Amino acid sequence: MLIWALFAGMTAIAVSIVLGPALRRRRGEAASVEAGEVAVYRDQLAEIDRDVEAGLVGSVEADAARAEISRRILRAGRHADATRTASGGSRLVPILAAVLVPLVAVGLYARLGHPTLPDMPLEARKTAPPAGNSLEELVAKVETHLAANPNDTRGWEVLAPTYMHLGRYDLAAAAWRNAIRTGGPTDRRYNELGRTLVAAGDDQVSPEARAAFEKSLEIEPNGILPRFFLAVALAQDGKKAEAVAAWKDIVARGKGDEPWLADAREELARAEADLAGKPHPRGNVAGPEPPPAGKPFVPPTPAPPAPSAPAAPPAPSAAAPGPSAADVEAAAQMSPEDRAKMIETMVGRLRDRLWTSGGPVDEWLRLIRFQTMIGQTDAAAQSLDKARAAYAGDPAALARLDALAGAKP
Amino acid sequence: MIVEIGHYALVLALALALVQSVVPIWGAVKGDERAMALAGPISVGQFVFVAVAFSALTYAHVVSDFSVVNVFENSHSTKPMIYKISGVWGNHEGSMLLWVAILALFGALVAFFGRNLPQTLRANVLGVQAWVAVAFYLFVLLTSNPFARFGQPPMEGRDLNPLLQDVGLAIHPPLLYLGYVGFSIAFSFAAAALIEGRIDAAWARWVRPWTLTAWVFLTLGIAMGSYWAYYELGWGGWWFWDPVENASLMPWLAGTALLHSAIVMEKRDGLKIWTILLAILAFSLSLLGTFLVRSGVLTSVHAFATDPARGVFILGILVLFVGGSLTLFAARAATLTKGGLFAPVSREGALVFNNLFLTAGTATVFVGTLYPLMLEATTGGKISVGAPFFDMTFGPLMVPLLIALPMGPFLAWKRGDILAVVQRLAAVMVLSVVAVLVTWMLKGHDILPALGVGLATWLMLGSLAEILWRIKLFTEPSVSLRRAVGLPRSAWGTFLGHFGVGVMLLGIVAEGAWKIEHVLVMKPGDHIRVERFDVAFERAVPNSGPNWDEVIARFEVTDGTSNPPIVMEPSKRTYRTRSMPTTETAIETYGLFSQLYLAIGEAQGEGVAMRIYWKPLVLLIWIGTLIMSIGGVVSLTDRRLRVGAPTPHRVAAAALPAAAE
Repeated sequence: MLIWALFAGMTAIAVSIVLGPALRRRRGEAASVEAGEVAVYRDQLAEIDRDVEAGLVGSVEADAARAEISRRILRAGRHADATRTASGGSRLVPILAAVLVPLVAVGLYARLGHPTLPDMPLEARKTAPPAGNSLEELVAKVETHLAANPNDTRGWEVLAPTYMHLGRYDLAAAAWRNAIRTGGPTDRRYNELGRTLVAAGDDQVSPEARAAFEKSLEIEPNGILPRFFLAVALAQDGKKAEAVAAWKDIVARGKGDEPWLADAREELARAEADLAGKPHPRGNVAGPEPPPAGKPFVPPTPAPPAPSAPAAPPAPSAAAPGPSAADVEAAAQMSPEDRAKMIETMVGRLRDRLWTSGGPVDEWLRLIRFQTMIGQTDAAAQSLDKARAAYAGDPAALARLDALAGAKP
Repeated sequence: MIVEIGHYALVLALALALVQSVVPIWGAVKGDERAMALAGPISVGQFVFVAVAFSALTYAHVVSDFSVVNVFENSHSTKPMIYKISGVWGNHEGSMLLWVAILALFGALVAFFGRNLPQTLRANVLGVQAWVAVAFYLFVLLTSNPFARFGQPPMEGRDLNPLLQDVGLAIHPPLLYLGYVGFSIAFSFAAAALIEGRIDAAWARWVRPWTLTAWVFLTLGIAMGSYWAYYELGWGGWWFWDPVENASLMPWLAGTALLHSAIVMEKRDGLKIWTILLAILAFSLSLLGTFLVRSGVLTSVHAFATDPARGVFILGILVLFVGGSLTLFAARAATLTKGGLFAPVSREGALVFNNLFLTAGTATVFVGTLYPLMLEATTGGKISVGAPFFDMTFGPLMVPLLIALPMGPFLAWKRGDILAVVQRLAAVMVLSVVAVLVTWMLKGHDILPALGVGLATWLMLGSLAEILWRIKLFTEPSVSLRRAVGLPRSAWGTFLGHFGVGVMLLGIVAEGAWKIEHVLVMKPGDHIRVERFDVAFERAVPNSGPNWDEVIARFEVTDGTSNPPIVMEPSKRTYRTRSMPTTETAIETYGLFSQLYLAIGEAQGEGVAMRIYWKPLVLLIWIGTLIMSIGGVVSLTDRRLRVGAPTPHRVAAAALPAAAE
């Protein structure tokens, strides 16, 4: 292989450098050396003349300096005589050293190097056949494609949820902006942009996110999802009365059988309590749950993380075994039937766990809401009973469970 | 394959350095000519192999080979080509490779230009140089290997720190390293002299070009770093007394002292022991700087290596070299012969004065930089030593030095006549006092800046007066031209170096005393009056580059005359990969040296926080350092430095092609 030949050649060069003086005949270098040292002093003598001329040194000092430099010249000569007696030297030392060089080099490189690992320039890898591509590699390919065709709306729409999945919210938002720029504004794109921005801003509805939802409403005045977020934003800003009005408006838009209506009512109740300045009866309830996927107003992409009103910090989402980002992502790729099945499985998992081994009250609340949403009202009632039994000694928890029960349609 | 060739080349360089660190010195002790003769060719070979290694790493960065860990961590495929290349040394591993490459370069240069040195001295110098090289090769290979690989490489890199994606970074570290590492030669000469137990005036002359070269590069490197901080960080300051800046200032101060004390040694065979000590000190402080920056002791832009193992390794190198050389110094200093005597008022005396204040200044910076670290390490207490400390200590120390500076070159060797000097400088004194008065009257009756301007005038006119006196412009104008041509280049170098200090001081004083600073929130349509300028915020424009997006704030600036308005476009960039924002300032130069400086801060509602500065004469700070460096270069061309340069011998013919690589 070429690389071994090159290693051998380099080693040979290094060894020959070390061996060089040993192989050559002895040379009389010493003569030119003292010339160098003496030349320095001779120039100093000349410089004293220049200094005298420039008026830097008086004539007396100059004479003294000349005498001093002359002494240096003599001393240099004596020193040179001493070194001239030096021997030509042995050949053994360079030969030993030459042996040492490959030993050290090969020994160390064997520990550190990867001689069989080829270079992998990026360009070559991108054009290589896609064998066992990782998600990251696919992203890189789409990115390369988009760099060349920045107006490919479909590309941006594919890339955006993937970025979201990878936790790159900023890039996901940029991708949605590009999709809007190239494919034109639609309510769905603005909704996605808004939700991405909310996710990027730790579930706070930033002014940018708000603008996106407002744009979405301009295009589709009957959209529900943007209204949810805008209502949450109002509560966030402390505009309590407006928030109540917004939730009322959302509730009024429901015909009675929409699954999101429950959440909207719950939020309305909370907003009203908030407005009245009362400590909220249900206390620490998580924010509105996402309307499930597959319904008219929901885009076929992931359900958003639940936005939460600042008055009621959400249950620690890391501990809550709701659908993970990956689950949600997977759900987005499925047919409606598969999606419903998947949600059922997930709810079933949660139910089995809570019914058998119990869990924090937040998880119970979540389970009950999920069950209600997917139409398992009997199961929800059972869950509620079990939760009540589990938290019989905890008035605060009971109050929250009661509040949820009361809010159910 | 190329990457692995580079890796192997680096290992081979280490093997060669090991041989070079032992055999020539052994030869010098035994009087073995063959062994001593090894030093030269090996130095050159070492450099060739390190150059191969460096080129291989550069190749990996250029083609975005993310199988190299170093490339993955510090590069990105969309990064512009210039930053792919400068990114090679914009990270810990790569910059250490640059360090050893420069070390090897200097070794090869000594081998090439040093053929006029006595055989034993040359063997010892190159041997000591190889000790340093071995230590750093081991450091690179064992703790900071730039050639570490991934078996399954990722598709994209993590990008270079956006602050470092700047032309300033492409230039600043190599210059700084040329300076730091250049002092290693002075160190090797000092250690070699101590090993031989013999130093004399010729030694000083041989060391001088290396010290001067290192000093020139270090000056340029520090100035470049300062200018980079000025325009890139967006705070409008040019020096922050940041520990990392101090780390480069300390070797500079010690090196400046060395440069001056070596003159005494060369001319008068005096201050020998002191000069040796300064040579050791200058390089030790360079090593200390490396330790501070590389160990993770400091947190700043520069501290990209926060691995304790590395810190311990560098600390080991530091202790070994500083401790070892000082021990050697203690053992040998007594045997060194003392030099000529001189009166307190003399050129020698002036240079001692210079050394005294420069080393005191170094000590001040040293204390101010290290005391907080020591305190934190021992008691856990955190204190911050910032600009006020240095203004109170370093500033006043420099004032007597600067006052005395123009007088030094007028003094004669051995015994000077201070009265004559005062007479020669009388006109300059009067002009400086006039400068103080005029500034005081025109600039708001503020005495400190007025005195500063006076001192700067004194420095500039004083050094000018010296050179004019030397060419007898006022006494014998007819011979002036001939004398100007005949004057040693080192005299012109002295003039430029000292003149540059004055220019720099003028910039510092003007910027410090008369800068105007506005921090405010501006909306499109707003405008503000800054000095004589009307700065109007037109609109914000989004824009994007290869690996960043930005919002440009478009400003139109009119300067109160009928000149058409100038468009200034500061921007706020966000680098996509690291989601890290940077501030791109907009700077417009007026009247050659003064600058209007616009930097964007955070968005505030509909507006944006703006920092707008008027910086009078600010460019003089860097122009002054540039003049100083040019002085160094002019001095380097002095013919006495070329005396004893190799006569075209058999040796020269053999080494030339190798060194040319």
